[in-house]
Amino acid sequence: MSSTRFIRDTGLTARMTLVMFLLGAVFVGLVVALMYAMPGYAVLIGVIGLGVAWAQWYFSDTVALKAMRAREVTPEEAPELHGVIDRLCTMADMPKPRVAIAYTDMPNAFATGRSPQRSVVCVTTGILDRLTAEEMEGVLAHELSHVAHRDVLVMTLASSAGIIAGMLTRSAQYGMFFGGGDRRGNNNDNSGPPFWLVALLISLVVYAISFVLTRMLSRYRELCADRSGAFLTQKPSALASALTKISGEIATIPTKDLRSAQTMNAFFIAPALNGQSLASVFSTHPPLAQRLEQLARVSAELGRPLDGGFPGPGLGR
Amino acid sequence: MGFWDALTGRTKPIAANLDALFALPSASITLQTAAGFEPTGVGSVCYREAEGAAFAQTQTDIVALLDADEGPDVERTTDSFGFTWLVSRQDPSDISALVTDLHAVNTTLEAQGFGPGLLCSLVGFVDASGRRLGLVYLYKQGTFYPFAPQSGQRRDNLLEIQVRDLVKGDLPVEAQLSRWMPVWGAPGL
Repeated sequence: MSSTRFIRDTGLTARMTLVMFLLGAVFVGLVVALMYAMPGYAVLIGVIGLGVAWAQWYFSDTVALKAMRAREVTPEEAPELHGVIDRLCTMADMPKPRVAIAYTDMPNAFATGRSPQRSVVCVTTGILDRLTAEEMEGVLAHELSHVAHRDVLVMTLASSAGIIAGMLTRSAQYGMFFGGGDRRGNNNDNSGPPFWLVALLISLVVYAISFVLTRMLSRYRELCADRSGAFLTQKPSALASALTKISGEIATIPTKDLRSAQTMNAFFIAPALNGQSLASVFSTHPPLAQRLEQLARVSAELGRPLDGGFPGPGLGR
Repeated sequence: MGFWDALTGRTKPIAANLDALFALPSASITLQTAAGFEPTGVGSVCYREAEGAAFAQTQTDIVALLDADEGPDVERTTDSFGFTWLVSRQDPSDISALVTDLHAVNTTLEAQGFGPGLLCSLVGFVDASGRRLGLVYLYKQGTFYPFAPQSGQRRDNLLEIQVRDLVKGDLPVEAQLSRWMPVWGAPGL
């Protein structure tokens, strides 16, 4: 009876699963390498690293709100915002998150929290001023999709290998300065390289791989949230226009000094190499063109006719 | 959403649950006999309009279908949240005709793949002293809750609780009070 217009993006799911598998492999590799390189400290470092990751996830809402200087608002203070979120949550059948407003002119919105029950959606006054009600709804649906997909949990898990590797790099640097002449541990045979060098190399490699993979995963999660947000509001074009507005404004603000921009070009091998391709590897969000293209596909899916649809006057009775 | 679906970012749109709508006539009789609330004969369906030609065509078909009978035409309004309300008016004594209208709107939207866009349906009641009451049907939960608006965006919670206890035997009533969302200014109330 019920038919759906929601087509699964199997390609996206496959790519995401592959990236997550690779991240898991990196994590296992790190643990195994640690076991060999420094058996004494491996467990301790692993536990501390996981503890840091756990705290990042557990206190994500408090920390993020503090960092943005955001304030939680009641339905009386922001009735329109609460009303829109109320309706979206009813349509998506999910618990309603807390709502916060950050008083900054930068147009932005984010969702965080350790679980859908304990999450918070935060918008800035900048985005509230710039977007229409319909565009705002598209953005909120995108953030609610992040909540429903448990993206904070997924991303914290994904980055835990990187966190451990980062901590290891730092402790290995200490080892380089203070522990060079260490008599403890496996320094009995002096033929191999010192353990801190091995640890430093391993952790640097793991950190680099995990960094690129995590960014990749983050971009896929953004695409997923765009997609399900657009299906929730049934208006992909509203989200598209919101994205264009936000990214357009952010993108037009230059970051480079006027005087440095010209002279720097001379040192580049090719002026065409303006960092665009490198940026697309390291950025947490997919490029605007890719997001708009996907929203256009969602729009086409919503507009296509389904066969056998209208039940005809006889059926209603 | 299951753990694996969350991990792979797969979204399943929540499907609407339409069957409980047909329990409305018996609840209406209960309300008449036990609380003195008469149906107003006005009901409405609230949904999200999707963009694109397919939805526009479906909506035109629905309006044509509901207008095919004698009696007042359906009315279409858009509220401040961007949701569309389709209001159907029938003879107050014939609540099953009203329920059939509402059900036709829902099945048509669902058959065309727009089921996830349905928000709620509402049937209006009024008592001798002029107090208004709406029974709101939440599609995604498949449950009903009462909504009794008073002037100035206040709601008569006492009456709502009373009505809940009355119709509990006839209808699946939403158990979580936090889901009893007000629909201020809903057409048909």
